[in-house]
Amino acid sequence: MEVGIDLERRKALKTGGGLGLLGLLAAVGLIQPGSALAEWQKSAFDAKTMDEALTALGVVVPESSAAIQLTAPDVAENGAVVPVTVESSLARTEQISILVDKNPTMLVSSFVIPAGTEGYLNTKIKMAQTATVIALVKADGKFYRVSREVKVTAGGC
Amino acid sequence: MLMSSPTKMRASITNGVTEVRALMQHEMENGRRKDEAGKLVPAWHITEFKVMHEGRTVLEGQFGTSVSKNPYLGFRFKGGKAGDRISLSWVDNRGDKRSDEATIS
Repeated sequence: MEVGIDLERRKALKTGGGLGLLGLLAAVGLIQPGSALAEWQKSAFDAKTMDEALTALGVVVPESSAAIQLTAPDVAENGAVVPVTVESSLARTEQISILVDKNPTMLVSSFVIPAGTEGYLNTKIKMAQTATVIALVKADGKFYRVSREVKVTAGGC
Repeated sequence: MLMSSPTKMRASITNGVTEVRALMQHEMENGRRKDEAGKLVPAWHITEFKVMHEGRTVLEGQFGTSVSKNPYLGFRFKGGKAGDRISLSWVDNRGDKRSDEATIS
């Protein structure tokens, strides 16, 4: 008996209250189920990487560029002091940022490069663990990115 | 509060390009380290710096906590000449600031 009541109650909830927002909108003619919502974005939901997903959603992902050199050791013994050099020969290099994907905070430093200053920076960064170092360069209003993996023997964040 | 120490800076000119090497003196505490008593050491780091040459900015930038202790910078700019002064100033997240100079050789 108990079970029966429960089932009835559920049925009532389903038919009565289950119309939901979509059903309501459909009822007043605002949308037609199955067609009015934007097409299901297969390429975005199939994406296996962040970049693929962003691209599929129409976000401009920074391109790689052979005009940017990112120099860092393959293996860093001491993660507290990892030398990094970024050299961009892109015309009108106006900003250089350095990021580490597995640090507690990703953005290490960001530099504004005025006209007359070369697209060159040599600095030292902390790395918590083996990770990818990313140089993000803005040149002539557009973003570019190069990266390289650095193996860290002893983390130093 | 401890007094901050001067930035060590060298600038030399070759073929019209001035190469600057600067070593700022700062702990650059990331805010996640614990001291001997197990207490969290608060974040303390340079947030912004600027390098000026003859009244114009030749480099400026912002730092987070992943910049190494005693931040090092090497960069190059055009338009300097031997004897010119350059200055590097910084400010940290406690509002402490300082400015130091070097002569281009």
